[in-house]
Amino acid sequence: MSVNPELQGRVFPPVAPYLVGREKVREFARAVFATNPINHDPEAARAAGYADVVAPPTFAVVVQEATLAQLLAEPDAGIDFSRVVHGDQRFSFSRPIVAGDELTATLTVASVKSLGGHSMVTAESRVVDATGAHVVTATSTLVVRGDE
Amino acid sequence: MSIISATPCLEDLVVGAVVAEASFPLTRDSLVRYAGASGDFNPIHYRDDAAVSVGLPGVLAHGMLTMGFAVQPVVDWAGDPGRIVDYQVRFTRPVLIDPADGAVVTLVAKVGAIDADAGIVRIDLTATFNETTVLGKAQARVRLAAAPLSEA
Repeated sequence: MSVNPELQGRVFPPVAPYLVGREKVREFARAVFATNPINHDPEAARAAGYADVVAPPTFAVVVQEATLAQLLAEPDAGIDFSRVVHGDQRFSFSRPIVAGDELTATLTVASVKSLGGHSMVTAESRVVDATGAHVVTATSTLVVRGDE
Repeated sequence: MSIISATPCLEDLVVGAVVAEASFPLTRDSLVRYAGASGDFNPIHYRDDAAVSVGLPGVLAHGMLTMGFAVQPVVDWAGDPGRIVDYQVRFTRPVLIDPADGAVVTLVAKVGAIDADAGIVRIDLTATFNETTVLGKAQARVRLAAAPLSEA
């Protein structure tokens, strides 16, 4: 089974909104060794101009995750999860994620390429807040190993 | 680990200068903690038998964990996590976590490029484990303008 080239350009329906909790931000911050007070202390965050604690940059992957699950579950995608390797990852922010945000992610398959028997799928998840304003775009390139 | 300092000035930066260095000792506990916090429960990050069954020598750290902590020295240098406006890495080599001894990833952050008009500096990261780099093209773009990037 190989990756369906017709996936390229496909836009998935938005996933259910993700409400960013303060304790989740703190838990994630501890897990990635983020020690900045703006990640942990609402007072420090407010003093820096934010409504609440600010999530570490890579917290966006938690919001992105549901969109990647959509892609892997797509019946005609031909992506065998046991052959998937995370190739690269990018986050491009309009503003940081802050506790209290209600975020909605929408996935677009930016490209599907073949490279020496492997497939490279670039998935772009655009994350917006409750007002519809762009917060971050999370882009993953998944390398799907071909049959040996 | 790091000292919170005033926001660096773009004008004071020189391409190639080291802005932060750090080392991150990891254990299996670190991986379990990250699994819970991130929701990534792939067993290759906590079970040797699962890792071996897919051809790996043993349990390895989540790439996203390495990406997550590798930017933290830059956050502390910048003084505010909201100043990271763009961050990308390529996962080039696994970080194997010995059950008893863990692993240590060292990190060096250097000025890669300065865009004075945009007020953005590109910081290039080198993450090393067992004398090999584990991330490729690891770049964080940091806004060093006066106001934090809060909601308008």
